[in-house]
Amino acid sequence: MMIDQEARKHLRESLAKGVRYDGRKKDEFRPIEIRTGFISTAEGSAHVKCGETEVIAGVKMSVEKPYPDTQEEGILMVGAELLPMSNPKYESGPPDATAIEVARVIDRGIRESKSLDTQKLCIKAGEKVWSISVDLCPLNDDGNLIDVGSMAAVAAILNARFPSYENDKVDYKKKTEESIPITRTPIAITILKIGTAFIVDPTELEEQALDARLTVTTIDDDRLCSIQKGGAGTLSVEEIEKMVELAVHKSREIRKLIKP
Amino acid sequence: MDYNKRLDGRDFDELRPMEAKAGIIKKADGSAMFRMGNTVAYAAVYGPRELFPKFMQDPKKGILRCNYNMMPFSGAGERVRPGPSRRSKEISAVTEKALSAVVDLSDSPNAVVDVYIELPQTDAGSRCCGINAAAIALADAGIPMKDIVAAVAIGHAGSKIVVDLNYEEEHLPHYLEGLTDKDVADIPVAIIPSTGEISLLQMDGIVQKEVLFKALHKAKAAAMLVNEVQRNALKEKFATNIESDYEENSNGSGFSNNDNNTDVSSDNNDNQFDENN
Repeated sequence: MMIDQEARKHLRESLAKGVRYDGRKKDEFRPIEIRTGFISTAEGSAHVKCGETEVIAGVKMSVEKPYPDTQEEGILMVGAELLPMSNPKYESGPPDATAIEVARVIDRGIRESKSLDTQKLCIKAGEKVWSISVDLCPLNDDGNLIDVGSMAAVAAILNARFPSYENDKVDYKKKTEESIPITRTPIAITILKIGTAFIVDPTELEEQALDARLTVTTIDDDRLCSIQKGGAGTLSVEEIEKMVELAVHKSREIRKLIKP
Repeated sequence: MDYNKRLDGRDFDELRPMEAKAGIIKKADGSAMFRMGNTVAYAAVYGPRELFPKFMQDPKKGILRCNYNMMPFSGAGERVRPGPSRRSKEISAVTEKALSAVVDLSDSPNAVVDVYIELPQTDAGSRCCGINAAAIALADAGIPMKDIVAAVAIGHAGSKIVVDLNYEEEHLPHYLEGLTDKDVADIPVAIIPSTGEISLLQMDGIVQKEVLFKALHKAKAAAMLVNEVQRNALKEKFATNIESDYEENSNGSGFSNNDNNTDVSSDNNDNQFDENN
């Protein structure tokens, strides 16, 4: 849904008065529902519903040759396809810049949290390592895909179990009890700046009225591990301080949902 | 050796448990989920909307465009690479033909109706499951249709005709000793329930023609059961919607533009008529 100048102006004026169209507080998420382990073909899966935004994440694992520069480390990759099913604005075809940004911000948030011990994914140095692919598929995009996608990705990784691996062959029918060696729970929180207001968990409509956004990924001890600024507007240092504080605060709430 | 007992214990005529739901994707004009055993399909319909690039437009009628896609984690084995493949393009094309047989877009010239089919999890029969979801989604979107297409895969294993194959049955020689690839065939069929006509037919495997004819009869019977599930999904959605519409109207936020008049009496209509003129 594209909004015009007048609608944009109205939304900004309402926010300046502290009013969001759906009645939420500025720092309030929509209701979140998380379901895991429901896709039988995936090694791990999660379905996250945040308001009307719905994302599925699935984990597939395979045994691959390691990259030449990291001979003793396994591979983690997070991909996102903005399915045309999820919103009329997306089209079939190769992922565009928006999709790539969503995937990369989530990917970096998890990678840079150093929460995955990639050396434990090594089977034989230089020859065989586990490769973990997390794929995100939005079913319905009503805003905040980065945060919701990141929740789904982490929840799916926590849910995943290795398939059995014997005589150089992966048996996808047999799952082991072994889970992915992840030690932290990275949480991405995106704060939008619209006029003078800062909001979390934007709907699609709110996203279209943004001046700037800041995605902050934090780990369990409140340290930051990844940041991405988006939008054409600028941010002052004071504003960034405020936004980061808010992100850290919200991440604690969300982390409890992902890892109860 | 013959296929005497199905691996999952079903009767030879028995479909896997089915489940369907309409209206699952809020942004879409119509949507549905269809499940056949462990195969799940989501379908979303957008349109009729203007078709670009313009040279593809048909000034006489709208066109139907289908896109079948397996999610990367939906395959039985390794990750499926995202993006179109030869297989997914072919399935999109035959799905389009299977559905356009009943769809009437003569009222939407130059437009396109997009159908996106996504498979989160598959266990054989995914094109049929996709068609079943898409047919519900098209009806949910209010696209003019003669009927709701229903699809099912019929197989031939040993001397048996097998309804609604799962993955293991599609690869029976791997799971059952004594059978070879020559003894197994897979026949996906889409049927227009009201006429019994067939709008999708494919076959892989070696069979006598009599077997094919028999399989088609089985397909018809099975498709009727699929159709019942499809219809129920639509009934379920629209029955609940009628209730909520009714509540909305009785609260006064329904059709009337004037906040003071909640009941649409003939007086109101007269007033509106006067105002408009």
